[in-house]
Formats: sequence, structure tokens, C-alpha cells
Amino acid sequence: MSVPRWAHPKALQTGLLAALLCAALVMLPGPKAWAEYGDVVINNYSEESGMRPVVFPHWFHRIRFRCKVCHGDLGFEFQAGGNEINMLKIIDGEYCGACHNGNIAWGVENCELCHSAKPGTDTQVHGSTLKSLVTPGDQGQ
Amino acid sequence: MFRFVSVTLAAVMLVMPLTISAQGKDPLSFNRLMADPETRNAPPPDDGIHDPANPATDMLQSPREAFGPLPDANAGNYVDWVKALQEGLIHPRYDLKDPDMTPTVMDLDIVREVKGSMPDVVFPHKEHTEWLDCANCHPAIFIPQRGANQLSMAAILMGEQCGACHGRVAFPVTQCRACHSRSKTPADDAAKKEEAK
Repeated sequence: MSVPRWAHPKALQTGLLAALLCAALVMLPGPKAWAEYGDVVINNYSEESGMRPVVFPHWFHRIRFRCKVCHGDLGFEFQAGGNEINMLKIIDGEYCGACHNGNIAWGVENCELCHSAKPGTDTQVHGSTLKSLVTPGDQGQ
Repeated sequence: MFRFVSVTLAAVMLVMPLTISAQGKDPLSFNRLMADPETRNAPPPDDGIHDPANPATDMLQSPREAFGPLPDANAGNYVDWVKALQEGLIHPRYDLKDPDMTPTVMDLDIVREVKGSMPDVVFPHKEHTEWLDCANCHPAIFIPQRGANQLSMAAILMGEQCGACHGRVAFPVTQCRACHSRSKTPADDAAKKEEAK
């Protein structure tokens, strides 16, 4: 008795395999943002000046300094984007410039190490409660 | 060949709706937006906010690498920062210039009796003064006087009061019992201890 070509075990096996592959592709999750809790994106002036927004990794800095150093001595407010930091102030040694001067940490010539966020990312504290609340207006702060 | 393709297509069309509906009916599907352990502390090029097209992104340290030796927590960075500091696993400076300056730690617990059914809040000054200066909180955020501060979870969720840090960088407000940690009456505590025995 002859078996039709399409019903050949090998053809069926291949077909099934292809179907499973397609199904697996459908079930793959889409792209998501799993950036670190507390990462601050600052986009006050960056993008309008043609640079990527800044990502400030809180976790990296709190391994090296206690909160008091930046939020007490250097005058950083507890608000993302609330400090109106610009490159002039940094070069003058204020805010980030207190360390990012080539002595304690990398200097301002390494633009892209800080200006590293995806274009179009809003000023925010990543993973913050406010970011996850469905409220109008002042999100992300 | 035509038959092979048609059989494959038929099989795919049969399986696809099944997998799509299975995603909706999975009793664990509520979990789909939460980070699973594999995606936590992702390296910068994969974290979704750093631009992988930026050549310097690859030079940045991966949090996974830095957090390796640090104690685990259930939320936030999944690092117990207070424990990491107290156990001497990290040595963050208290002063920019002077590496030997140490904080003035104040060991004073403030118990706040809460109105609702949640356990009372114990605020430990000790853990806070290890990281912060008095002036970070007093008097702008909290008036340093007993009974002078009307706190509410609504304000905290909106990033005020404790929410200035908790929910942004310190452990998030989903860790209810980290603050609401004292049972309403000592009798409750005694009863629990009896049960445990």
C-alpha cells in the first residue's frame, strides 16, 4: 500500500517542527525596559541641544558615596530634573562636576558615557512609584 | 513540495490560535509584566533605557556584575543596601574629600501609631543616619518634633514625605512590612509567639 507523499512520516515531522517554531516565535515576549531601579534619566536640555538624554545610575554611585555627599554637600535636590544642571555648571565644578573633572571620576570630555539614554526618553526616575501610577501630568518625577 | 507547504501552513494555523489563547488563559498571566529573575539587573545595552547604538554604552558597568557579592532583597535593585553597608561589603564615602569621615549615627526608633488596620510603623533613625545627614530630612521634609508631621500613604505614593526616597531609590513602597513592622498591641505579639511554639 502506497502512502501519499505528504503523509510520509518525515514530511509530517518537518511540518510539525516548522509549526512549533512558528508558535514559539508568536509566544516570544516583546522588548521591555528592565533598567535598574532608581536610574535617573535627565532630559532637561540634552535632546534640544542634540545630545542623548543623561542616565544617572543611582546604584553605581551609592556603592561609592552615601546619599549625604550629593544630596547634602553638593546640593542635589531629591527630584529628577529638579536641579537645572547644565554643562557650564559641571565644568565650573558644580553638581556632577564636583567629581567628574578627570580627577575623581571621568572628565566632561567623555560625553557619551553620561549622555547614553535612548533618544526620546523623558526625564524620570526609572521604576519609581510615580512612574508606575496612572496619574496625569507630573509623571516620572 | 506544494503539499508539504500546505500541510505546514495548516498545522501552523491550527497551533497559532491555541498558543495565543493559552497566553490569555494562563493563570499566571498576571505576572507577565513583572521582571523575571533572568531579566533583573540587566547590563546597560539590554536594559531598555540606555541606547545600544551609543558606542559608550558597552563601557558602562553591568549592575549584575557589581551586585554579585551583595545581599539579596525582594524588590528595588534586589540588593539589601542597608545590610550591605552594615556588613562592610560596601564602603561608600561620607565625605567627598575625606575618606575617613564617618557619619554621626543616631540610634532612635520612632514608633508611629497608624490609624488603619496595618501594623504600626517603626522608623529607625539608625539606618537612615548611616546614609544621610539630619539636614536631608529635617526640617524641610519632616519637622523634628513629636506629632508635628501628618503622614499619609497617598502623599508617600506621590513622592512626598517618605516617598522622597522610598519608591525612587530606597526600598519601594511595595515592601509594606518593612515599615509597618510593629503589631498593634503587645498582646498580639505574645499570642503569635505562643503560636510559634
